[in-house]
Amino acid sequence: MTIQGTIAQWRERLRKKEISPVELVNLTADAIESDTTNAYISCDRQAALKQAESVDVNSPLAGIPIAIKDNINVLGQPTRCASQLLAPFVSPYDATAISLLKQAGGIPLGRTNMDEFAMGASGENSSFGITRNPHAPDHIPGGSSSGSAAAVAGHTSIAALGSDTGGSIRQPAGHCGIVGLKPTYGRVSRYGLVAFASSLDQIGPMTQTVEDSAIILNAICGHDKKDSTSANVEVPNFESFLGRDIKGLRIGVPTEYISSGNHPAIATALQNNIKELENLGAEIVEINLPHAEAVVAAYYIIACAEASSNLSRFDGIRYGKRAENTNGLIELFSRTRNEGFGPEVKRRIILGTYVLSSGYYDAYYTRAQKVRALVAKDFTEAFEKVDLIAGPTSPTPAPRIGDAAENHLQTYLADIYTIPANLTGLPAMSIPAGTAEVGPATLPIGFQLIAPHFREDLLLQTGFALGK
Amino acid sequence: MSDQKIDVAYIAKLARIELSDEETARFTQDLDKILDYVTTLKSYDVTGIEPMNHPLPTMDVLRKDEPLPGLSQEEALSNAPQEGQGQFRTPKVVESA
Repeated sequence: MTIQGTIAQWRERLRKKEISPVELVNLTADAIESDTTNAYISCDRQAALKQAESVDVNSPLAGIPIAIKDNINVLGQPTRCASQLLAPFVSPYDATAISLLKQAGGIPLGRTNMDEFAMGASGENSSFGITRNPHAPDHIPGGSSSGSAAAVAGHTSIAALGSDTGGSIRQPAGHCGIVGLKPTYGRVSRYGLVAFASSLDQIGPMTQTVEDSAIILNAICGHDKKDSTSANVEVPNFESFLGRDIKGLRIGVPTEYISSGNHPAIATALQNNIKELENLGAEIVEINLPHAEAVVAAYYIIACAEASSNLSRFDGIRYGKRAENTNGLIELFSRTRNEGFGPEVKRRIILGTYVLSSGYYDAYYTRAQKVRALVAKDFTEAFEKVDLIAGPTSPTPAPRIGDAAENHLQTYLADIYTIPANLTGLPAMSIPAGTAEVGPATLPIGFQLIAPHFREDLLLQTGFALGK
Repeated sequence: MSDQKIDVAYIAKLARIELSDEETARFTQDLDKILDYVTTLKSYDVTGIEPMNHPLPTMDVLRKDEPLPGLSQEEALSNAPQEGQGQFRTPKVVESA
């Protein structure tokens, strides 16, 4: 069984008392239990029911259950990051995004599968098994928020939270045909999000509609004293931008994104959506991002460097797994980390340690940070000419399961369109844009909008105008 | 940079990850390929460009130095693989005299 309907629709039913929050939690938990895509790692029905008993249906989220990626801490629930290293770990506190979600009447229900420690773009790097694309079980859902995307697309959850370091919300959203929004860096507190790359990570909503995205965003945004990188800026009512027209909005299409490397169906979907934006009164402007090709190399150096530092905390001392029968502290660390981390995590920690090591720091890490500055400059200059940038989310539809494991570099290169928003901190959203026929499968395709810092309103307004 | 073969065994030691010989061989192959690719960054002119380590122009953010509630000792220890006397238990790190 599945749970059909959007946040906006269930909120109405809850407020009209056509259904109680307790009944909705049970319906959703039943849907989660009948999931066939391996979208979930755990599900605490009892904790959700307890919260549902006292939730106010006139609150913004009215008692809607929301699935949570397994790297965001929920008080009293396991956080495993799909890793054996954190089996077991039970969080002694709520992430700020979770306490805000709860305050707004949202009920965390179901912890979604992911690439281990958010490292991967396919959902295959999970020690809890691969997640399947609800539209085609032989294909990946994308990642690293693989379970959150499959949960929403497969209607086993009404909506979900994900996290995005190089496209981990937007790419799986595109591959699964849902809406995924990465807010501006600093918009949502990272307190309680297990850190992968601290200068890139953001939590964001993964939803069926743009309207639902705005509803969740309203709940989770805001300055947080517990995250010194969270931005002290005003949070508008994001729902208020839905339904405004986009006449005269200048939308830039980077020539570099109309690449021959795009799958033909991606190229067609891009053209169709640009035409539609034009029909809605937007002005389409050709722009250039001269460093578009450089982003993947810069990203992997920076992300892995930050990860190698962040993941040093998993040492078998304070939490998680500890290797047994070790001799001395160093062996305890080394064996614990060997037994606990999967191959992709090890590969990235080693790459990160290497680029930060003596003799290579300037050649790799400092150079990558300088290229990052060049990428940011490209976008600053582009936003002097346009209000919004449009392009594909990914160069291809979801690959078949197993294809990514063949070639790591090829998989990394598929993040070329999503990475820039992380390097620059810009907000970006993937919305459903069409489908591609791949063999017997009909796969969704994503279309990405990128806005200036703190202009999520433009993303939502435009996505809603496109009828998503 | 590209002629430098990464010494995975040494880097793994720095990263405190014990690797099997098989893993070392596999990662050497994978990472050599990835390092070859990231060397393409050499082709960009970065003269006079400041390294960017943060997406927003935030400076050091300090809050007022005042006591706030945090995790209790019991909560902080709740996930410890081994504890004793209200502390995290580790292998002995100080040599006997």
